[in-house]
Amino acid sequence: MAETRTTAGAGTTADTGTVWRPVAGRSVAGSRKASRSTRAWRVWSSAAIVVAVVLAVLIVPPLADLDEQAVHLADKLLPPSLEHPFGTDDVGRDLLLRCVYGLRVSLLVGVVAAVVATVIGTAVGALAASAGGWVDRVVMRLVDVFSSVPHLLLGIFIVAMFRPGVWPVVISVALTHWLSTARIVRAEVLSLRSRPYVDAAISGGASRWRVTVRHLLPGVLPQAGLAAVLMVPHAIWHESALSFLGLGLPTHQASLGTLVQGARSSLLAGDWWPTLFPGLFIIVPTLAIAGLAGAWRDRINPRRRSELML
Amino acid sequence: MLELRSLTAGYDRRAPVVRDVSLTVAPGESVGLLGPSGCGKSTLARVAALLHQPDRGQVVVDGEPARGWRHRAPRAQRTAFGVVFQQPRLSADPRLTLTQLIAEPLRATGRAADVQERVPDLARTVGLGTDLLGRRPHEVSDGQLQRACLARALVLRPRWLICDEMTAMLDASTTAALVAAVEEYRAESGAGLLAVGHDRVLLERWCERTVEWGELVGAAQGAAERPAAK
Repeated sequence: MAETRTTAGAGTTADTGTVWRPVAGRSVAGSRKASRSTRAWRVWSSAAIVVAVVLAVLIVPPLADLDEQAVHLADKLLPPSLEHPFGTDDVGRDLLLRCVYGLRVSLLVGVVAAVVATVIGTAVGALAASAGGWVDRVVMRLVDVFSSVPHLLLGIFIVAMFRPGVWPVVISVALTHWLSTARIVRAEVLSLRSRPYVDAAISGGASRWRVTVRHLLPGVLPQAGLAAVLMVPHAIWHESALSFLGLGLPTHQASLGTLVQGARSSLLAGDWWPTLFPGLFIIVPTLAIAGLAGAWRDRINPRRRSELML
Repeated sequence: MLELRSLTAGYDRRAPVVRDVSLTVAPGESVGLLGPSGCGKSTLARVAALLHQPDRGQVVVDGEPARGWRHRAPRAQRTAFGVVFQQPRLSADPRLTLTQLIAEPLRATGRAADVQERVPDLARTVGLGTDLLGRRPHEVSDGQLQRACLARALVLRPRWLICDEMTAMLDASTTAALVAAVEEYRAESGAGLLAVGHDRVLLERWCERTVEWGELVGAAQGAAERPAAK
């Protein structure tokens, strides 16, 4: 042990590329401690923000019987104050309230779209990998074709077919985002499928369906779950982008995209708050969700798991 | 009768691992197959258990030629084989407890009702304590896990047992216990055994007949290879 420590520094430079390098690198005590504390800080602050945001969007609207649509033309474009902490917009609506309601819609769209996309992606990836042969080839080439079209363009095409509203946006984001999950799941299933325990299951009389559902899918669930969580921020951005372009939610309905879009005219007049606060509401919660997902990925990283097994 | 007729198999058609190999195991007979590492014994064992499709040749199980491999083999033909692999860690689904692991073939063939009766029975046969049955693979040793894998191979009462280097990872006492469990099952059921391995002493004491890999390969090629092996 003592010997490992003394050679660790030299090992990281001299033995670059050998199997042992990551282990040696991690035993450098100082950097390890520092990175662990920053990582913990990141995880806890992300968790705190996510919890606060979820509580806010779940509790505030039903409890506080406030009308985020209420127009007070006399109070238009008030800067942040005690009465209106985020200020008011160009028709005098309270921005804090509209941000909370907007985040509620955006989170709903993000979570539902991510879950739907992950379910589709997992099903398609597992089907392709466990069927194999021409089914696999045809399905994956279709995935390639869909991925070659920019997501936003495809999303715009889909929302354009419906009346503006929450569900067309959910459908549009879900239908354009299952592709990467399908690829991840297919690759995972292919690697699990060659394990001897699958041979043992076949020899034990398990059907193709049973092997997939009992042995292969549970093995890819951590990866698929992680892909779903990582997709939530992405889906929120897509919702904002579609609404910002005027293709998502109807303009009177508060969502982070419509708020930023509605604030553009007042920004030119020097009123910064209608843009800043919804912008922060897009950035901070999505970064927090991504931070938590990153911590989760660190946990289930197969490389780390194999290191622990050594 | 388990007949492997001039099998050629591998993972790349241009470079087969097994070339023109024939071997016959009579019902109730135990055959040990000896060969150096990397010669294709395990591939042959997988072909014999209908887990790998050969490029050429035929596998005949109890007079019936195999027409499909893996999932395409009829369930009755697949489950006629109990297979034990070399590495218990890789051949056990890490999420199942040992009880679920042993019971899995029963559930897969729609005989979940037998689980209560068969699993404790088999655990006793292979020498697994009941306290271990609720654990997952990472909570038991290699030897204990291999005992569970043997129990899983026996749970459907196969007519043929294929042990691919079953004891290569294990210590002497576990090896003895596992071999004794296999022999006990064979004495009671009359199942045939194909034991693949590189340990001559073990296979010669375990099996009624041992064959060298070199003897199996097609006559002309075998004659050419034998001097080189020595």
